[in-house]
Order: sequence, then structure tokens, then C-alpha cells
Amino acid sequence: MNVPLSNYLMLSAFLFAIGLCGALSRKNAIIVLMGIEIMFNAGILNLIAFWHYKLFVAPTAQMFAIFAISIAAAESAVGLALVIAVYRHYKSVDMDEMKSLQG
Amino acid sequence: MSELVRQQWLIPLFPLAAAAIQSLLKRPARKLSATICIGAMGISCVLTLRALFATFGFGRGGEHYEVERVIWNFTWFSFGNTSLSLGFILDPLTAGMAAMVAFVSFWIFVNATGYMSSDENFTRFFCFLSLFGASMLGLVVSNNLLLLFMCWELVGLCSYLLIGFWYFKPSAAAAMKKAFITTRVGDIGFFLGILLLYWQSGTLSLYTPEGTGALQQAGKLATLTGWWGLSMAGTIAFLLFIGAMGKSAQFPLHVWLPDAMEGPTPVSALIHAATMVAAGVFMVGRMYPLFTAQSHDWVMTFVMWIGCFTAVFSATIAVAQFDIKRVLAYSTCSQLGYMVMGLGAGSLVAGQFHLLTHAFFKALLFLGSGCVIIGTHHEQDMRKMGGLRKYMPITFWCYLIGTLALCGIPPFAGFFSKDEILLATYYRSPWAWGLGTFAAFLTAFYMTRQIFLVFFGPWRGGRPEAHPHSQLAEAHGELDVPHGEAHGGEVHLHAHAPHEIPWNMWLPLVVLSAFALFMGWLGTPWLGGNLFHHYLAPEEAVPQHSDFVLWLSIGVGLFGIVLGWLVYGRKPLQNALDDDPLALTTPVMFTVLNRKWYIDELYEVTIIHFTTAGATFFRLVDKLLVDGCLHAIAWIAWGLSQLFRWGGDELVINGGFDASCESVRLGGKVLAKLQSGRVQDYFRVLSLGFAILLLIYFFA
Repeated sequence: MNVPLSNYLMLSAFLFAIGLCGALSRKNAIIVLMGIEIMFNAGILNLIAFWHYKLFVAPTAQMFAIFAISIAAAESAVGLALVIAVYRHYKSVDMDEMKSLQG
Repeated sequence: MSELVRQQWLIPLFPLAAAAIQSLLKRPARKLSATICIGAMGISCVLTLRALFATFGFGRGGEHYEVERVIWNFTWFSFGNTSLSLGFILDPLTAGMAAMVAFVSFWIFVNATGYMSSDENFTRFFCFLSLFGASMLGLVVSNNLLLLFMCWELVGLCSYLLIGFWYFKPSAAAAMKKAFITTRVGDIGFFLGILLLYWQSGTLSLYTPEGTGALQQAGKLATLTGWWGLSMAGTIAFLLFIGAMGKSAQFPLHVWLPDAMEGPTPVSALIHAATMVAAGVFMVGRMYPLFTAQSHDWVMTFVMWIGCFTAVFSATIAVAQFDIKRVLAYSTCSQLGYMVMGLGAGSLVAGQFHLLTHAFFKALLFLGSGCVIIGTHHEQDMRKMGGLRKYMPITFWCYLIGTLALCGIPPFAGFFSKDEILLATYYRSPWAWGLGTFAAFLTAFYMTRQIFLVFFGPWRGGRPEAHPHSQLAEAHGELDVPHGEAHGGEVHLHAHAPHEIPWNMWLPLVVLSAFALFMGWLGTPWLGGNLFHHYLAPEEAVPQHSDFVLWLSIGVGLFGIVLGWLVYGRKPLQNALDDDPLALTTPVMFTVLNRKWYIDELYEVTIIHFTTAGATFFRLVDKLLVDGCLHAIAWIAWGLSQLFRWGGDELVINGGFDASCESVRLGGKVLAKLQSGRVQDYFRVLSLGFAILLLIYFFA
């Protein structure tokens, strides 16, 4: 079965769009974080797809993918910690409440 | 000899140092203060006597026969190419005068310890006295007009301070101002003379060893043309004489001297009889080469007539005074007029000799009057005295000697000196001589009047019988009251009898009496030539002796005394409220004389009135014109500033600045809206930008 590269890219773009929509539209900070994670994974899927179709020679893409996954894990850990801290301060995780940096 | 002149500065130094020390003493340090003052003057006295003996050989045979004077000049300071020098001089004129000043001052200081014994400002008084002694001695020994002028002004200052010593009395405060201002009028002339002399001769040193001193150039100055039809030397001499008129109380600047009697009596004796007022005469004598440089100038005639007029004028006023000190004050004016007349008649010797003898007997008379004032418990009105001969015998005899000396009765001192002046004047101008002789008659008359009023007749001041015992103790008890208020002509009837004075007051009288008795013999032509003439100015021509002048002068003196006895001695006043016998016979004349020819009133309505009117006028000018202009300028400036404030500053500058600030603020507000603080907003913008980039990428 020969699946063309474009299918993977379409899937990736779709995932990215879902993540972006979630990150932009939801009020809950955790959902926003989840949207960001989805956008991350769309990017990683792109990397692996390009590697699979031999557009890169070296195993660079695999290494990038593994780096990106581990960094995303660390990032989501930091993000969740921030959300908890924010929750302790504001007693809420509503993104619209967090505007103390307003100019 | 030259070492001695280098030590001349020590003479004024000691009293000056004494004054400095005394100014630091506290009030209770009375004995210390008096000791310092008298001691310093004693040292100066010894120094002046040493200088005096050294000058005996000057100008005639002996060791220093070629020496006329020794001088010592030194540079005070230099500026640019010019240097200002000061200097000291030792010559017969200076030595004689300095010895007299120091000696008389010494004894007056001794007397003052008694007179001021109950005054609470004793130390201040003696401090001023020391300062006065220092300035007067400095004036005498200076070889430089600048130094002389400084001391001259210092002397004036001391006079001011001492006249107003009881400054809480309004009359004393007025008198001190009057003395200061009147002499200042004369000092303007003096200062102009000094400036003119400096301008013309280029130096203020009187003598220099090189012969370039101001007085050594007198001959040269006499050839230059000055002002008012005078030679330059005559002009300078005239201006200098104006200063002497102020200081020596010559008409019309004599008005301050009688008022100066507000000061304590030792001050009157010291300053207003013996020494300070003599400074003017001394200065004329010192600058005599300028006066005599050209014989046909009218300056000498002017000097003589001023002196002559003052002598007669003041003598007439003295006849009608009741204050014991005022009589003596006008007598001093009159005698100073004599000295000036002698100088103007061309006899330096006669003028200076009378200065010296007069200093002794006038100091004696003033101290005597001080003793009378103390003895009668601060009574100065002669009508309330009388009969003091019995109560104060020592004072009486000393006073009598002084009086006879002043009247010019031989063999007392005044006879010889006055006779010399009259003789010199006789050959110069018979009219001036006649007036001078008349003044001699008046002098004898008013002094006799004073003697009879004060010392003869009944005691009119109180009731001496009421307290026959322990008068002295009570009197001293009474004196412990601060007595400043007790002065000044108010009526103070004391129940106490007059008393004789303590030894420190009569001892000076006795010493000065000896000089009043014997000093005249220095100037007599009978003892192998006139010693004083020989000593002071051997080159001056001796006026030819005239028996007529001699006998007439004795005659008028005796006539004055006899007339005085006829009027006042035969029928003495019985009551203090009795009229003066002279006032009964010639009431108008007596009143005029008693009011001093209305000179003070004349000055009041002329000079003072004029000055006041001028001051008022200029005050109006100041108010209207000057202040008006100033206010107008201020209003204009204020209006302009208002215009600029509202039109320029507020509208343009502030307005523009505010507008620009406002626009920046508005812009900031708009832009601050962008920074909402919400992460998702930023994210949205980011995404939008990303989308736009993508669109550009695909479709462009």
C-alpha cells in the first residue's frame, strides 16, 4: 500500500489546525496547553514523514523528533506547574483573568 | 640725637597701649585702670622731658649748634611707584608742646581720679582719656601731615566721646554731635589743604633730610599762583587755617566749645582748654613756613583779624555767663583768639608761648572749677555759690593765681605771653592791638566777676549752719549716688555746706599753680634775653620793646579788676535769685551777651534752617521725581511681564508644551490597548501574522 506523502502532511496540517483552534479559543489554561501539545505533535509528525520518504539522508529527523518529544514533555511539565501556580494565586485557570501585564 | 628721634614714637605708644588694656578691664577695676592710665602718661611725660632737654642745644651754640631739627621718616606702604611715608620729628616746637601736653595731662588725670570717683563708668572714662593722650602726643610728634591728620581726627573722636560721656543727658548728646559736626566743617578745609599740598609738592612729609619736604618747598610754592589772589603757599595755608579755626574754636566755628562743657570737668580742662583746642594753634605753628612764605598775601592778615575778633567777641560773652564752666569756656575761646592773633601778627614765638602758659593756667582754672563743682555738690551756677573762700581755701588760692595769670598781671605767666602778643600786634596793626587790649580788659573784668561771685560774699547755695558737723562724711555719702543726672544746670539746692576736696584733687592745682606763677619768666626780656624766643625760633626778629604797650596792658588788667571789684565785690549778691548788677544797669546788652550774641539762634535760622529746608526739598524731589520714575519703570516692567506671561509664556510655550504632552499621552493610551496582558491575544495576533505570511507565500 503506497500512501503518498501529501496524506501525512494533510493529517499534520489538520492536527495543527485543531491544536491552534484549541489554543486560541478555549478559556481553560489546561485546554490551551493541550492545544499547544497537539501543534507540537503535528510538527513532529511532519519531521517523521519527511524522513520516511527519504528527503533527509541522515537519521537527523529521528533525533529531532526524540528531542522535540522530550522537550515537549518538559515544557508541558513547566506549563502545568505554572498553571497550578496561577491557580493558587487567582483561584481560577481562566486565561481571560490573567491580564496583570496589561499596558 | 638721631636715636632720640627714632624713639619719638614711644611717646604716644604708652598711652595708646594703656587705652588698649583699659578697654578690656571690667568696671570694678577702678584702681587698676587709673594706675595704668596715670602710669603710662607718666612714662610719656619722662620721655617728653628727655626729648625737651635734648633740644635745648638746638639752633644755637653747643654740641648740636647746626641742628635745627632731627627727623626720621619711614615708608608706611607703597603702591605702584609711589610710596607713602610717615615720620617723626624732634625740634623745639614739638618738644615743648609734647612736654606740656604730657605734663598737664598727667596732672589732670590725677585730678580726674577724684572728680570721677563716684562715676560707675570710671574705667571707660580713663580709657578715653588715655586714648586722647595718645592721639594728642601723636599729633605733636608727627613729621607728616597724613599722620598729623589721623591723630587730629582721633583727637576729635576722643573729644566727641568724652563730651558725650554722660550720653544719657540729651544736652550732652546734642553737644557731642555739635562739636563733632562743627569741627568737621573746619576739617573739610584742612583736608582740601592737605590734598592741595600733596598735589603741589608731591609729598606729605613736612621735612626730609634731602630738603624735599613739603615745608622745605614753601619758597617754591610761594612763587606759584594759587586761587583767590593768593600764591599757592598762601592758598594752602588758608585752607589749613580753616581746619585750625574749627579745632581751635575761632569765630565763626567757635559755637561747639562752650557746649562742650557738658563733658566732665577734667575733660574740659584737658581737651577744651589745655591741649586739644591748642592743636589748631599748634598746627598753624607747625605749618608756619607756608604762612610766612610770601609776605604780601592776605592770609596772615586774615589769621590775625580772625584771632582778634574771636578774642574780643568771646570775652564779651564771658562777661554775662552764669555757669562757672561756660565763663572759662568763652575765656578759652578768647585766649585761643589771642594765640591766633599773635601768629597772624607774625610772631610764632608769641603765639606758641601763650599756648604753653595758657595751657597751664587754664588747666588750673578748669580743675579749680571742677573742685568747686565737687565741693558744692555738683552746682555749676555761680549765683548759687559764694563765700567758698572760707570753705575751700586751697582751691581759692590756686584759683586766684590762675585768675591773675589769665588777667595778665605781672609776674604771673599770662602777663608775659599776652604782652608779647600785644607787642607783636602793635607793630603790625594798631587797630588789632587796640581790640586785643580791650579784650584783655574784659578778661580781667569777667575773671574778677567770677572770683567775687564764687569765692566772696555769703554762701547762697544752701544753709551751712544747719549741719555744722560731719559735713565731709555726709557729702561723700551723697556723692555715692550716681550723679550724672545731677549735672547740667538744673536747680539742686543742697542742704550741705561746701567742703574742701581730697588731696588727689588739690595736688594738681598746687603743681599747676607753681607753673602759672613762674613759667612766664621763661619769656621775659629782663633775664638776659627772651629764653623761650631763643629756644624756639632764634631767627625770628624780636619786636622792639615798647613801654607804652607794656604799661597799658598792665593798666587795663588792673582797671578790669578794679571795675570788677566795684561792680561785684563791694556789694556781693545776697541771694541766688538776685539779678546780676550788670543786668540792672544795662539790661539789653546783658541779655544779648548772655545769649551769646544770638549766634546759635542765627545759625539756627540761617544754616540749620537752610539745610533743613534743603533737605525737605530734596526729600520731596526724591519722593516725587526719583521715586516717581522708579515706580513708573516698575509699572512698565510689571505690565510687560504680564503681557509676556499671558501672551508668550502661558499661550505659546506652556500651551505648546502641554499640547505635545497630551498627544504623546493619547498615543500611549491607544498603543497600551494593544498590550492587553492576555496571552491568547498575543497568540492570535501571532497566528494572524502567520496566516498572512502564508497567504503572501502562496499567492504572490
